[in-house]
Amino acid sequence: MALAREESSPLFAGTAAGTLRLIFYLALALVLMVLDHRNGWIWRLRNTASVLVEPVYRLASLPATGMRAASVAFSDRKVLTEQNQRLREDLLLANAKLNRMAAVAEQNQRLKELLDTQHSLELNVQLARVIDVDLGASRQRMLINVGSHDGVKKGQVVIDAHGVIGQVVEVMARTSLVMLVTDPDHAIPVVIERTGLRTVAYGSRDGALLSLPNISMAADVHPGDKLLTSGLGGRFPPGFPVGEIRSVEPAASGMFLEGKARPTADLDRSEDVLLLHDLAEPVGPPEPVTPAGPPADLAPAPSASTAPPPSTPRAAVAPATSTGTAQP
Amino acid sequence: MNKQRIQWLWFAGSLLFALMSMLIPLPAPLQPFKPYWPALFLLYWALESGDQRVNLGLAFCIGLCADLLDGVLLGEQAMRLCALVFIALRFRSRLRFFPMWQQTLAVLALLLNDRVLLLIVRTFAGEALPTASWWISPFVGAALWPFLFLLMDDLRMRLRIQ
Repeated sequence: MALAREESSPLFAGTAAGTLRLIFYLALALVLMVLDHRNGWIWRLRNTASVLVEPVYRLASLPATGMRAASVAFSDRKVLTEQNQRLREDLLLANAKLNRMAAVAEQNQRLKELLDTQHSLELNVQLARVIDVDLGASRQRMLINVGSHDGVKKGQVVIDAHGVIGQVVEVMARTSLVMLVTDPDHAIPVVIERTGLRTVAYGSRDGALLSLPNISMAADVHPGDKLLTSGLGGRFPPGFPVGEIRSVEPAASGMFLEGKARPTADLDRSEDVLLLHDLAEPVGPPEPVTPAGPPADLAPAPSASTAPPPSTPRAAVAPATSTGTAQP
Repeated sequence: MNKQRIQWLWFAGSLLFALMSMLIPLPAPLQPFKPYWPALFLLYWALESGDQRVNLGLAFCIGLCADLLDGVLLGEQAMRLCALVFIALRFRSRLRFFPMWQQTLAVLALLLNDRVLLLIVRTFAGEALPTASWWISPFVGAALWPFLFLLMDDLRMRLRIQ
């Protein structure tokens, strides 16, 4: 019966057998797809098959490679010469650049060595590499790759090419921790380059800025003024750039002007920093004079001349040194 | 005997050629215009020789080969070609006697149906929806159909094979 139907006329015929077969094959395909999608054992079959398939790919890519070969074979001689010429020039240029780069690298190496062992006029410095930076809101520290083995001592000043970065607050065997000038707990005695006004720059909590909260209302401070270390307090040697005033506004208390300054050192970019080796000469407050000498008639004159300078630095520097060193 | 072998070679060779054409790398801008060659050749043979040569098993095998060669999900093209061949065989007698333009339209419908199937499979596999250019291929295939059909017929006549 079924045979007869199949033979009779396929004109409009839909045989049940054909539909069944279709369903069978579709189901088979579905099973294969699911197995393949789930990455079952099928991948092994694929791997072996891909070995067989590879020559087929070669064969299939023949037309494309043939076209490429033909385009090379039939391309204009002039175009090729031009291209050749251009490539030659490029090669020459690249070689020249490479040579110069090698020279520069050599020079760089030499300079680094020089810097590392340098005993220059007044800077006895040591090169250090920044390992880690911690620039948070309440902590601004960086870790450098020299420690007590390299002769680093607590309190050493860290600078880069543009200015003061901070000071060493903790020394470990091979590394040391540096407190940045922008750390909220840090203070540095500064002098404004233009006017000579002394003040203290604190780190601030709002980003990478320095804060100068106690400038007197009458002081002559403008945005753009440069801040240098004043050398007071005996920790930072004088004359290193620290920052540049950004804005000056009356403080909330109304008693002082408050300045904001941007540090000149590349706090967030520097990779190599310099450690100042010998600490600044103790130019800060002089030792208290021991009233030992009997010649009392000479005493008033020197004490009168030296008394005023120490009094101001003492007032300004006291918070700086205390907060700066007491932190760790 | 000899003639039969030539016929068989001709048949298999055309299918192999279709698989090869599917693999030929094209420049990226031309890629969406590449017609689905195995479907076209299978359609031709399904219309020409019918059940004697083309059946669902063959379509399934060709599809599996294409899947392996193409590196797509195994069974995807097998399913599509099965569906295509099934429909073509079912309506073979009518399709054969259509004038060429109607036949072309029918081929277009078949190829579009094929793309819809592919879309369904891809959606189930969790792939992103293809762009509009993805739908160009069936139209290119349909546009090539009359030429392919006439060329194959002409070659067959010249070679005097069935």
